[in-house]
Amino acid sequence: MIRVSVQPAPIDLATELAGIEARGAGAVASFTGMVRGDDGVTELMLEHYPGMTEAALIALAERAFERWKLIAVTMVHRVGPMAPGERIVFIGTAAGHRADALEACAYLIDRLKTDAPFWKRERRAGGADWVEARESDRTAADRWD
Amino acid sequence: MDLLYFAWVRERIGVGHEHVDPPEAVRTIADLIAWLAERSAGHAEAFAEPPKLRAAIDQKFVPLDALLGDAKEVAIFPPVTGG
Repeated sequence: MIRVSVQPAPIDLATELAGIEARGAGAVASFTGMVRGDDGVTELMLEHYPGMTEAALIALAERAFERWKLIAVTMVHRVGPMAPGERIVFIGTAAGHRADALEACAYLIDRLKTDAPFWKRERRAGGADWVEARESDRTAADRWD
Repeated sequence: MDLLYFAWVRERIGVGHEHVDPPEAVRTIADLIAWLAERSAGHAEAFAEPPKLRAAIDQKFVPLDALLGDAKEVAIFPPVTGG
């Protein structure tokens, strides 16, 4: 089972974890990404490509199902304005055993960063700047090739 | 064809969407970027450095040398930064 949500609403961790735990798997792994407050960031704005974003996340989840023995994948990404300390992304995987759940979870967050059309803009006291893509994210995604 | 712009590409051009009919000589995404750069000062600024741009045809990521073919929707944007 694949659940993908691209949403302006805050991510409800308890609900998302309960949803993936309810699949009856022996192992559940998850990753939660938080908005950083580095260097005086007061707001993070997430822009995305409606339609393509959801399709890209579903395609990623399908690739994870081909590669590992999975029971369920949940990918939730927040869009719009958010504050430091809020959740920006949640990945949950359910599998029969921990190795599949853990590896698929790491794969999904690494690939989400390079393969899904989201753009971050950070607001500080002096103005707002688009975040530049990081080479380290590309390297992390490439290790799954 | 319908064009979509995101992030600083959208901001520099001033709109997120426009419809264009490029001439036949415009065969690839790179050709399209060069052609669009002539449209306004904002387009010129957005498309000044093609290596900093990425693209999608009909909602699939493609390299800048990809052929446009029968593309209905082309998106041009900076490298993605989600997660």
